[in-house]
Amino acid sequence: MNPSVNPLTGYLLVAALLFAIGLAGALTRRNAILVLIGIELMLNAANLNLIAFWRYGPHPEALTGMMFAIFSIAVAAAEAAVGLGLVIQIHRHAKTTDLDAMNRMKG
Amino acid sequence: MQETISFAPQLGQSTIAQWLWLIPAVPILASGVIAVSKQPRRKTASALAIGSLGFSLLLALIAFAHVLSGWMNGEAVRETANFTWIQVGTSHVDLGWVLDPLSAVMLVMVTFVGLLIFIYSTGYMAHDENYTRFFCFLSLFAGAMLGVVIANSILLLFMCWELVGLTSYLLIGFWYQKPSAAAAAKKAFLTTRVGDVFFLLGIVWLFGQTGTLLFYNGGAGSMESHALLGLLLERSAFGLSAAGAIGLLIFAGAAGKSGQFPLHVWLPDAMEGPTPVSALIHAATMVAAGVYLIARVYPLMQAGALAGGTTTALTVVTWVGAFTAVFAALIAVAQNDIKRILAYSTVSQLGYMMAGLGMGGVAVGMFHLITHAFFKALLFMGAGSVIHGCHEEQDIRRMGGLKSTMRVTFLTYSTGMLALCGFPLLFSGFWSKDGILEAAQHFSLSKGPFYMLVFGALLTAFYMTRQMSYVFFGNYRGHGHAHESPKSMTMPLAILAFFAIALGAIGTPAWPWFRAFLESKAVSFEWSGFSEPGLMALMGTSTVVVLLGLSLGWWLYGNRSPRADEPDVLEAAAPLPWKWLSDRLYVDEFYGLTVIAFYSWWARVADWFDRRVWGGIVAAVAWVFSWWAQLNRFLDANVVDGSFDKGCEELSTGGGLLSRVQSGRVQTYLRLLALAVIVLAAILIWSSRA
Repeated sequence: MNPSVNPLTGYLLVAALLFAIGLAGALTRRNAILVLIGIELMLNAANLNLIAFWRYGPHPEALTGMMFAIFSIAVAAAEAAVGLGLVIQIHRHAKTTDLDAMNRMKG
Repeated sequence: MQETISFAPQLGQSTIAQWLWLIPAVPILASGVIAVSKQPRRKTASALAIGSLGFSLLLALIAFAHVLSGWMNGEAVRETANFTWIQVGTSHVDLGWVLDPLSAVMLVMVTFVGLLIFIYSTGYMAHDENYTRFFCFLSLFAGAMLGVVIANSILLLFMCWELVGLTSYLLIGFWYQKPSAAAAAKKAFLTTRVGDVFFLLGIVWLFGQTGTLLFYNGGAGSMESHALLGLLLERSAFGLSAAGAIGLLIFAGAAGKSGQFPLHVWLPDAMEGPTPVSALIHAATMVAAGVYLIARVYPLMQAGALAGGTTTALTVVTWVGAFTAVFAALIAVAQNDIKRILAYSTVSQLGYMMAGLGMGGVAVGMFHLITHAFFKALLFMGAGSVIHGCHEEQDIRRMGGLKSTMRVTFLTYSTGMLALCGFPLLFSGFWSKDGILEAAQHFSLSKGPFYMLVFGALLTAFYMTRQMSYVFFGNYRGHGHAHESPKSMTMPLAILAFFAIALGAIGTPAWPWFRAFLESKAVSFEWSGFSEPGLMALMGTSTVVVLLGLSLGWWLYGNRSPRADEPDVLEAAAPLPWKWLSDRLYVDEFYGLTVIAFYSWWARVADWFDRRVWGGIVAAVAWVFSWWAQLNRFLDANVVDGSFDKGCEELSTGGGLLSRVQSGRVQTYLRLLALAVIVLAAILIWSSRA
């Protein structure tokens, strides 16, 4: 890696890597909980991007990136709570967390 | 003294002329009432019929008296009552009735003879199951016939004429269980229909030319000079005037009804009906309707008469009448059925009337009509009495010797027979027949009709003597014992016999009352009437002819009692001519071979045409449509449905393919999404690089 490069690039690379890992997890796992974890990883990769673009952007003093990230984390927490609640309910009902088995509403 | 009175046309309208329609209406009404009353109500039926006709007779007598008093006061009575029946645009169809000497005389005759025959029928039909129906038809007939008589509109006349034809059909076929009666009824109806078609053509033509249906309408009627002049000026085919052509068409109708050759074939067969019917319809009244019709339209027939006093139409009437007179008399000689002999005699006498009309005018023909109505009704009812007395036997060879067992019938029948033969001086038939012979003698075109009619008179005397000898003389050869008929049957016979003699008094050359009355002229009693040139010679001739016929008949048949299987005297002498005559000169067979054969051939042609040609066309059209339908079905199944099905299949497969993407698995969707994002990113990067 070239040190003369803007430190932003490093952050972006990490974020891209994190997103790719999360996407792969979300797409390939069958377990609903693991898919949720993949989604969380992608969200956090996005948060990392937000922070990085803010910190190394034209107005680091404006705290905008921080605000976005905090909102995103709050929404992600709510989303995770809803998703996990659904998974738990489905597990209670169907005794499985396998996504492929959850096809009762298939037309 | 009466010569000073000028017979002026009478104006205004009397009460009786206004109410004249009641004369036919009452019997028709009675017939309607009888029609709805139940079969066992026999007394009601005959009482209604006789009562209604009696009422008509009363009215007819009042009408006659009215005309008579007008005549005595020197008026030419002709009262009409007309009204418009249908109005279409400017043309209108008028009906109406007329009271003049012609209709008055006829009214009295029809109602009087009709009433006697009604009374006679109560005896004759006493044991018949359908007594009620019989009186219903008789009443309807009487009403319709009276309608013919009073009609002042040729359309009203035609309507009543057809009604009369209908009742004739119903009454000939009264015993319809007998196949021969049903066939005779059909034959009568169809044969008269032939004449009626021509009659109708004549009516339509007359209406088209003159624009009126009325005979007399104060100068605007079709029988009045203005219309006749128009008809004379109009030429039609064969150099005839329209008047002549219409006259001939109307005569064709009259010939059908009055049994003139060649349409006479139905009348002898009509004897299948009950005898009172034969007497009333087929001797006295209906068959005379044709003669009456010619008398009614006489101004038309006579229109444009040349110096000789005759027209083409009248000449045709004369020749047809004279030929029929001889023709039918010849056939009558060789018949063995008592009613059939009288039927041919009627045909023959109707020929006399027609010839009389053609040569001598209305009065001559009508006088014979009136006298004939009385004595022929008498003869038929006498024959009915004989048939009744001999237990429904009609073959004269199985009768005989009835002069002692049926006294009243014998006396009255011989009166009628002598009147028919024209026995000199005493009997009405002599005077009326003499009038015709006299007219024939003065006929300007030819002496043929005169000789034919004289020969006919000889034959008449001969065949009647033959019949009398067979029926009343010799020994009884029938079964059982002959007995005299009840009073209700013999009384009318006696009354008619009286008139068969007495009516002669009003038509002698010395006192030609009847002629004067009909022609609205004055009359006085003068012996000098006999001294007209040639008249005595004519009377002598006719006397000799009648006596010759009588004695010839008596010489050949008198007081013999031939057995039924024994050949007739004449048959033994000349078997072949006899066979021709007894086979009625093969007119029926001729029709069978020509008209009927043609009809059945034509029917077969039509049938073939129907089956093959029209049926073929229909079948071809049906085949084409069916083929077309098959084609359409094939196209539908294979082209339309095929492509549709194919399209559906493709859609379905496409849908199947797409639905595989729509698996319901979120992860698959996400994968696609991710793929798309990567592709999108790649494109963006690629494009920014370039």
